Amino acid sequence: MQIPIVRNILEANDRIAAQLKKSFAEKGILVLNLMSSPGAGKTSLLERTLRDLAPEFRMAVIEGDLQTDNDARRVAATGAQAVQVNTDGGCHLDGSMIMEALNSLDLSGLDILFVENVGNLVCPAEFSVGEDHNIALLSVAEGDDKPEKYPLLFHISSVMLLNKTDLLPYVDFSLEKASAHATALNKEIAVFPVSCRTGEGLDAWYGWLRAARAAKKPAA
Amino acid sequence: MHEMSIVQGLLDIIRQEMGRHGVTRLHEVKVVHGRLTNVVPEALDLAWEVLSKDTEFEGARLVTEEIPLRLRCGACRAEFSPEHLSAVLAPCPSCGEELGHEVVAGREMYIAQIEAE
Ligand SMILES: Nc1nc2c(ncn2[C@@H]2O[C@H](COP(=O)(O)OP(=O)(O)O)[C@@H](O)[C@H]2O)c(=O)[nH]1
Ligand SMILES: [Mg+2]
Ligand SMILES: [Zn+2]
Repeated sequence: MQIPIVRNILEANDRIAAQLKKSFAEKGILVLNLMSSPGAGKTSLLERTLRDLAPEFRMAVIEGDLQTDNDARRVAATGAQAVQVNTDGGCHLDGSMIMEALNSLDLSGLDILFVENVGNLVCPAEFSVGEDHNIALLSVAEGDDKPEKYPLLFHISSVMLLNKTDLLPYVDFSLEKASAHATALNKEIAVFPVSCRTGEGLDAWYGWLRAARAAKKPAA
Repeated sequence: MHEMSIVQGLLDIIRQEMGRHGVTRLHEVKVVHGRLTNVVPEALDLAWEVLSKDTEFEGARLVTEEIPLRLRCGACRAEFSPEHLSAVLAPCPSCGEELGHEVVAGREMYIAQIEAE
């Protein structure tokens, strides 16, 4: 016999993510889910951000990117708390991995929790980790047609960072084209060209972070 | 790719639903996925084959159906399907606006029905 069902296949993860979101809201922690291709500069962005904003915010990182096994160490070297999650070769972090990682973090007084997702533009976009915002990172060493090719990621992201602008003179990448496509997918997306090498453009990103932090209600 | 996780979720739901409906033998499961989800049907087939092997579902058929991308114009609110998936910069056929379209359909990923006895 035919049995109609109509159930969301990722409902289990959605439930866990909703639980995480509630618990982050109670604790007043701003949670940002960082996604990009491998090597676009997620860890470099975190190193910069954690150092530059250390006087302002208490921050921690859940590290899921396994391109290099020393990402968590690089992040911890800034003085921030960091915990490495083993995805067992999986292509994305999911809610249950975050839940487990939280056991190794001291969340008291935390202002911002960054999740560095696995380097991949497709899969992480489907699996919420309880974040307030998704942050997409694209390096100018990749194609400016990435927003066109991977629309979901840019559709769900609040911010698109265009990293490695120091390389712009050497590559064929149009900031305008990438921004136009991302904006077409999502007219609210904030676009910040940055260089984690030179530090250029990071102030605008920090401005966005401060505003997002201020918009998040502190713990009751 | 995340097809393995999708099939894992699928197996859990099928088990629950079969128990609820008092059926024990699965013939077919139908999955509907939106164009924006980037699900690759061949990868889904492979994941299904691998994960259903040596289970009570071995041999059951997986059928997939893709839902095309549907947008609502950011200016005049008219609904349309762009010719190419990547054409999210697609001009609205009614007013020509290229920016700020809303996704009406294309993000779905659900199990639609099973055939079992
Ligand atoms: N030229 C240049 N290289 C960068 C920049 N940001 C990161 N990189 C380099 O890109 C490589 C990958 O960076 P990483 O932060 O590990 O990327 P992740 O895989 O996204 O975490 C490293 O060799 C970085 O030094 C940048 O702004 N400019
Ligand atoms: Mg990294
Ligand atoms: Zn229109």
